[in-house]
Amino acid sequence: MTHTSPSSETVAVSAPAPGSAPIGAEPRRPRRTRRVLLTIGRKVVSAVIVLWGAATVAFFAQLALPGDRATAILNIRAGQAQQRTPAELAQINEQYGLHRPVIVQYFDYLRGLVVGDFGSSYQQYRPVTAIIGEQLGATVTLSLTAIVFAWVLMIVWVTITAGRGPRVGALGSTVDVVAAGLPAYWLGIILLLVFGLGLRWFPIIGGTGVNGLILPALTLAIPLAGFMAQSTRAEFERALEQPFVLSARMRGMGEWGIRLRHVLRHAVIPAITLSGWALGATLSGAVIVESIFSRPGIGSVLVGAVNNQDLPVVVGIVTLVAVVYVVANLLVDIVYTIIDPRLDLS
Amino acid sequence: MTALGSPSVGSGTRPSRAGAAAASLARRPWGLYVAVAFALLLAVAAFAPQALTVHAPTAIDYGAALKPPSFAHWFGTDESGRDLYTRVVWGARESLLIGLGAAAVGVITALILGSIAALGPKPAAVVVDRFVEVMFAFPALLLALLLIAIAGPSAATEIFAVGLGTAPGYARMIRGQILGAKNSGYVEAATALGHSRWRIIRAHILPNALRPLVAVFALSVGQSIVWASSLSFLGLGVAPPSSEWGALLDAGRAYITQAWWLVVVPGLVIVAVALAATTIGRHLQTRLEKGER
Repeated sequence: MTHTSPSSETVAVSAPAPGSAPIGAEPRRPRRTRRVLLTIGRKVVSAVIVLWGAATVAFFAQLALPGDRATAILNIRAGQAQQRTPAELAQINEQYGLHRPVIVQYFDYLRGLVVGDFGSSYQQYRPVTAIIGEQLGATVTLSLTAIVFAWVLMIVWVTITAGRGPRVGALGSTVDVVAAGLPAYWLGIILLLVFGLGLRWFPIIGGTGVNGLILPALTLAIPLAGFMAQSTRAEFERALEQPFVLSARMRGMGEWGIRLRHVLRHAVIPAITLSGWALGATLSGAVIVESIFSRPGIGSVLVGAVNNQDLPVVVGIVTLVAVVYVVANLLVDIVYTIIDPRLDLS
Repeated sequence: MTALGSPSVGSGTRPSRAGAAAASLARRPWGLYVAVAFALLLAVAAFAPQALTVHAPTAIDYGAALKPPSFAHWFGTDESGRDLYTRVVWGARESLLIGLGAAAVGVITALILGSIAALGPKPAAVVVDRFVEVMFAFPALLLALLLIAIAGPSAATEIFAVGLGTAPGYARMIRGQILGAKNSGYVEAATALGHSRWRIIRAHILPNALRPLVAVFALSVGQSIVWASSLSFLGLGVAPPSSEWGALLDAGRAYITQAWWLVVVPGLVIVAVALAATTIGRHLQTRLEKGER
């Protein structure tokens, strides 16, 4: 990767290799646009295929309950296994459409997903979308707050410690690795013990306000920050060696100015491409964090549903997270395609 | 790995040699030594827990309930006065078995999927490749939860759930490794020499592509133990009478306001195991990479 001085404002923030644009890029504009559109089209098609595959896996997961499905549903509702009368079974078969051929059920399921119908819960007698809808807000707030916290922590830590000689560098990267490896459940408990029970700065359980959000968000943010810091640090140290840093130094720019205005812009690119992954990771991490802090959200609904074998709810939440993950990655990919000048060359 | 200050050496040696020896000591991978020593200790705990403990893991003593760590009870005691250190040591076997089992399930599944995606006949390769991509869209923990919802919680489900949850990521990696080997000069040379397809795969591609698997397996054991204990912690894995570490942690949550050690210590053990496995895995990785050059 080559790095030039990031003089062109918008491109330098996120393009990986501004230096490699060919001479005479101007006349090629139309070809570039077509190529970009083609690449984006291919990525969208591939994402749609993945989503269709995910929906298919989700559908067949619901068929995988051992034994007769109607009996299984009734037993799940009652919480005990027993023989069911044909009349009981017929009612369930009617309600969930289980008497129809599997292939018909499959296409019905796909059609439902497209219009936002995830079926109904075995246990709560309600549509899965209503159950998820009630709880989604809390989890999304948690997830986005955690991502913001992770970025702040990561940028501060890397900017302070990267490229500061072997001792500080070793400390910096050790902290990255340890933070990335901390299991959420344990980190959450430690934060709870220290800041909730020990210092009493934050509520211990079920805080709904901003105060109740901080510890859960930090629990998700610290491992995420450690993860992003590993790739940012490598890029940061590479960028510090670049000629544009030397030239900035010669212009008399201070160390902090160079780090914040020039180097950081290059260094955060790999972390930006991790955004889709980060969203998926915080949404699935919410399962554990919501359980530790007794927060409402789709994570605690999911744990309850897994316990009760309420498959439509489990499958609905799992599919939703997969969709968010795929779409977020697609968006990151598209933005990347649009601003990546190397497409001119290929 | 942290660089330790140069430790002092025996006084009998001459200053210059002592200095060189000190420098070489400081360069040693101390983190790795600690990790390997810890792994050996775990092996002893798993095979012969009675060698490391004096109490019985189920010895109940209500007089000594919820006592903080002390000389008599290194890690404190739980609500029934059971010694936590003993429970942690006796829990090693189950925790490690689940971790090793899950890592084996994950790596073997990944190996099969990755090999087909890289070497199989075109239609099969495309289908498997897409399938792996689809599974990769589900975060590992959620995939594991989905499997548990279908099969119901138990130690066996936990092993398969964690293994299959982590498999897609490894499958992608293995596919990349095999493709890398397949496009290399030595395979081209072997093809030019007229060697059969199977012979090339067996003699050239697989050995070269799969060498990193040892490191991957070590890394995966650490990861699997963390994932599996997450499931137990959620009450969806091994149930509390067992002293599997995640289950210990889950049981300790009820007493978090009175007995911090019941949650801190099992968690610390899990983190230490994960760190040790990561350290060993990373070391193997760099050694193998150096060997290839």
